Amino acid sequence: MLHIYCPYCEEMREEEEFNPAGQAHIERPLQPEELSDEQWARYLFFRKNPRGLHHEMWVHAHGCRKYFNITRNTVTYQIMETYKMGLQPNITASKEG
Amino acid sequence: MQQYSGFGLLKHSLSYHENWQRVWSNPIPKKHYDVVIIGGGGHGLATAYYLAKEHGITNIAVVEKGYLGGGNTARNTTIIRSNYLWDEASHLYEHSLKLWEGLAQELNYNLMFSQRGVLNLGHSLQDMRDIERRVNSNRLNGIDGEVLTTAQVQEMVPILDCSKNARYPVMGASWQARAGTARHDAVAWGFARAAEALGVDLLQQTEVTGIRRKDGAVAGVETNRGFISAGKVGCVAAGNSSVIAKMVGMELPLESHPLQAMVSEPLKPILDTVVMSNHVHGYVSQSDKGDLVIGAGIDGYLGYGQRGSFNVVEDTIAAIIEMFPMFSRVRLNRAWGGIVDTCPDACPIISKTHVKGLYFNCGWGTGGFKATPGSGNIFAHTIAHDQPHPLAKPFSVDRFTSGELIDEHGAAGVAH
Ligand SMILES: Cc1cc2nc3c(=O)[nH]c(=O)nc-3n(C[C@H](O)[C@H](O)[C@H](O)COP(=O)(O)OP(=O)(O)OC[C@H]3O[C@@H](n4cnc5c(N)ncnc54)[C@H](O)[C@@H]3O)c2cc1C
Ligand SMILES: [Zn+2]
Repeated sequence: MLHIYCPYCEEMREEEEFNPAGQAHIERPLQPEELSDEQWARYLFFRKNPRGLHHEMWVHAHGCRKYFNITRNTVTYQIMETYKMGLQPNITASKEG
Repeated sequence: MQQYSGFGLLKHSLSYHENWQRVWSNPIPKKHYDVVIIGGGGHGLATAYYLAKEHGITNIAVVEKGYLGGGNTARNTTIIRSNYLWDEASHLYEHSLKLWEGLAQELNYNLMFSQRGVLNLGHSLQDMRDIERRVNSNRLNGIDGEVLTTAQVQEMVPILDCSKNARYPVMGASWQARAGTARHDAVAWGFARAAEALGVDLLQQTEVTGIRRKDGAVAGVETNRGFISAGKVGCVAAGNSSVIAKMVGMELPLESHPLQAMVSEPLKPILDTVVMSNHVHGYVSQSDKGDLVIGAGIDGYLGYGQRGSFNVVEDTIAAIIEMFPMFSRVRLNRAWGGIVDTCPDACPIISKTHVKGLYFNCGWGTGGFKATPGSGNIFAHTIAHDQPHPLAKPFSVDRFTSGELIDEHGAAGVAH
């Protein structure tokens, strides 16, 4: 079971309090009607799905109920950092080397 | 290829079973193959087999980074059925079920294919409406199916808690009598043996690390054993499909999740069919060896680690005990995980790509074991003709752009 630090509650809590909510930093297009079908499909369905570092959203469902971001390794499952919505990750694939 | 038979078994017993032929060899990669298949799971091996058998292409290599069948093929809960809702999907899975029905004879390999039937339980009025709709649609498509009442379910599975006091009372079920189970690793081995007999090279411990292209067409694969040139490349890498797609700068509408399963200690025969419930989210059958085979749901996070979180196992066990209170004292023997490539509409992707000669067969997610022969069969056709097989056509990756999704979340609701 993962132990997750909620950046809003500022506490380590058990995984069962949280739900994963998919790839982070996907921005909803401001003018959807101007997108091509390809661009819209890309926004809706296509994902990075990396083997390695992943920036992903989680929600503290049985806690403060806020969404936040996690940088996690999808092979070892190690959590590298958690950060609030709107912020950028400190750890990225290029920085990790 | 040495033919297997009851007589052979008797003959070899006289020499203490020490003289059986090796089932397949360990060849050195050739410089060039007409077709390279990435992934030595059931789907990849079946693809190679049907390419050789039905399309006369025999200069083929199956490239597997680990051992044959070591991926999801031999990690699943072995449920086979074809009672999907939409025409496209039910035709696809029914094509596969029909192939299963003659496969052990065809491959001369005991797949322990057992048509013991599958029950999909309903626990609410809406469940029952959905079940009726699905069974009706199956029958219109020529697929066997029946709607059973609670009493009929109880008669079939006396140990299932069908009382009114259950937390989620059983209100009925759909029943597909031709559905069942098979021995999953035997499926990989049977296809591997038959493919090799037709001239296919099985390259184990060979990991694809890159895909070389020339003038927009595929030229071959880079591996830890050097470059292997190829006329065409078919990728059947299940949970690792996105990793291979990235090698040609492609993204897929896939997410790779851990999916866990477990078996109990062996018991005397107690359950002679497969019971699945979307609602309490559990599914269980009993193997011929006697163990209860229990499948969990996916972990919601991305995971390439072939293991998931313990709370998912705990939830699964709670669901099984809810349905079968008498199993509460059974001890579990082993648990494990696979990496499933889930697709937004719970249907596979069988597709050409923007790279000429590169094909993908993936997205089978939590439910592709049942499709092993069918998937290999139509993917082989797609590769051989550079044209999708009619059954594969609706499953092109283009459906995510055109919007022609085939939503099978209902029929695929519980991971299987
Ligand atoms: C716990 C669990 C329960 C399931 N239960 C059911 C069920 O009851 N019924 C059902 O129908 N389905 C079920 N499934 C789904 C089913 O197992 C899969 O859909 C199916 O087996 C996929 O087959 P495959 O041959 O495509 O994949 P795999 O068997 O995973 O084969 C892919 C192969 O590709 C290899 N590979 C990956 N990357 C590379 C590379 N770079 N180079 C070389 N080789 C590579 C892997 O090592 C692997 O052997 C279940 C899955 C799991 C995990
Ligand atoms: Zn919180």
